[in-house]
Amino acid sequence: MNRRVLRRWISNFMVGTMIFAVLIAVLPLVLILATLLVKGVSSLNLAFFLKTPAPAGESGGGVAHAIIGTLMMVGAACLIGLPIGIGAGIFSAEYPSSRLATITRFISDVMNGTPSIVVGVFAWTLIVARQKHFSGYAGSAALAMLMIPMVMRTTEEMIKLVPHSLREAALALGYPRWRTSLAVVVRTTLPGIVTGSLLAVARVSGETAPLLFTALGSQFMGTNLNQPMGALPLTVYTYANGPYEDWHRLAWATALVLILVVFVLSLSARIATRRIFGRYG
Amino acid sequence: MTAITQPAEVSDQGHGLEGRNVSDAAFRGVLTVCAAAIPILMGFLVWELYAGSRLAISRFGVRFVTTSIWDPVAEKFGALPLIFGTLLSSLLALLIAVPLSLGVAIYLTEFAPERIRKPISFLIELLAAIPSVVYGLWGVFFLLPFLRTSVFPFLKATFGFLPFFQGPIYGQSMLAASIILAIMVMPYIMSVSREVLVSVPNSQREAALAMGATRWEAVISAIVPYAKSGIIGAIILGLGRALGETMAVTMLIGNRNEIAASLFAPGYTMAAVIANEFSEAASDIHFSALSYVALVLFLVTVLVNAGARILIWRTSRGGPQGGRGI
Repeated sequence: MNRRVLRRWISNFMVGTMIFAVLIAVLPLVLILATLLVKGVSSLNLAFFLKTPAPAGESGGGVAHAIIGTLMMVGAACLIGLPIGIGAGIFSAEYPSSRLATITRFISDVMNGTPSIVVGVFAWTLIVARQKHFSGYAGSAALAMLMIPMVMRTTEEMIKLVPHSLREAALALGYPRWRTSLAVVVRTTLPGIVTGSLLAVARVSGETAPLLFTALGSQFMGTNLNQPMGALPLTVYTYANGPYEDWHRLAWATALVLILVVFVLSLSARIATRRIFGRYG
Repeated sequence: MTAITQPAEVSDQGHGLEGRNVSDAAFRGVLTVCAAAIPILMGFLVWELYAGSRLAISRFGVRFVTTSIWDPVAEKFGALPLIFGTLLSSLLALLIAVPLSLGVAIYLTEFAPERIRKPISFLIELLAAIPSVVYGLWGVFFLLPFLRTSVFPFLKATFGFLPFFQGPIYGQSMLAASIILAIMVMPYIMSVSREVLVSVPNSQREAALAMGATRWEAVISAIVPYAKSGIIGAIILGLGRALGETMAVTMLIGNRNEIAASLFAPGYTMAAVIANEFSEAASDIHFSALSYVALVLFLVTVLVNAGARILIWRTSRGGPQGGRGI
């Protein structure tokens, strides 16, 4: 009888410990968001979004150059990364038993696990070392390389959810394979593919490491991808390491903007996924 | 969830119409180019890393990973402290993150009331969406002061007899970097092990409870062993993330090229040295040495990820097969 009480007591104790673990696990998120809000909100004004940085040591200024830089580099990365990633995803879902699909699937897993800084070194040797100068193009190339495997895997997973009967129906109606794939299979999973793409965009928008020695960063407004370019994550890094109080203030505000962008993208992706899983899950 | 069968290959032959085969072949051709781009890019990456580090490989060879002097001016490069720092910070991070994330995963799948499961796992997964540099910023201005003034002195006073908790406290240290890494890898380990635990069949739980086990005993004797291979996979996935993590670690580890027993001492990692020195490297051999570091880091992460796969494959073959009827 006593032993039974002890066993129940151990069980309850372990559950208590796990609830404690949940609290500890949620704590960092709460703390990070709270610190960002407290330190960042006060610096978010119109100048922050419209102006370029003030000269070192002076107060004021904004991060307009970094917003433009991030938009342009992520945009260019999408132009390269999305078609390749989506195309590869469709291929490995539509021709699953081909040898190329197996290889691509395996390699894209390896690529997904590759540290982003290593991809940065690759973009450096591929573009910066050959061009002999830092450029937004090199940054975009590194970001695209990070996007491709993510987009490929989510596209493939989404297409796999399409019931086979849908495919059979289209083929039975006399659709050729390519039209079955595009007009029926891809069309049905379009929201899912958009979701995967959004998640990939959210992830690369926050990447700093691959931009450090490709886009390098810049203090000036510029829209030329062939020149060094600023980016929001680079701004956070540079300003956090800087000696000035005003820089730290801007770093917090930039981090807040960055995290809002990333959260909004991830949230909309999540809502889109729920709709799809609701349909086929 | 119902199992969805893989679409069968449909033969391209026998359509009857000539034009169809052409357009189908063109469609397949375009997709093939996209799919082939991935292995080609990867091969290119490995080749460029190797080509970039050839100079350093021929000059230092294997000594590169066994010596400790990193001096760009004297053109001497040894990466042992970097490799040590990468491995130690990642393993320490796992030491902190694994119990926490498994506790959360088990609680959420086995004990938590239905209505709080989704919100909590969503909150923790949000942690995975926070960019690394934001962790770094928060770490430098919030976590470091807190650790320096409260946690580290406490550890020193309580466990100061151990060599790990001796020496001066700077703030930026191996331990600080490991703590931020632990926070960063926790959501990955948590969400993968949660998926694994959810997929454990209910018969497993019912059997244990029917034998008179308490709920905790059911977890530890029937559910966790069943999900063992997947949980190991989740942990190794977390390890892979931690090894390559750059920005937050660079900002918190102190960037000193030394192997120290004390966790309060600054350290350095492979990713951090590349981040700090690559854009400022002046000589060819310096670039080459950094490229060599990138190559080593790449190989380590590939090995870890491949190891995870093999391990999962082995344990799941040797493990319980489940669903045996009466």
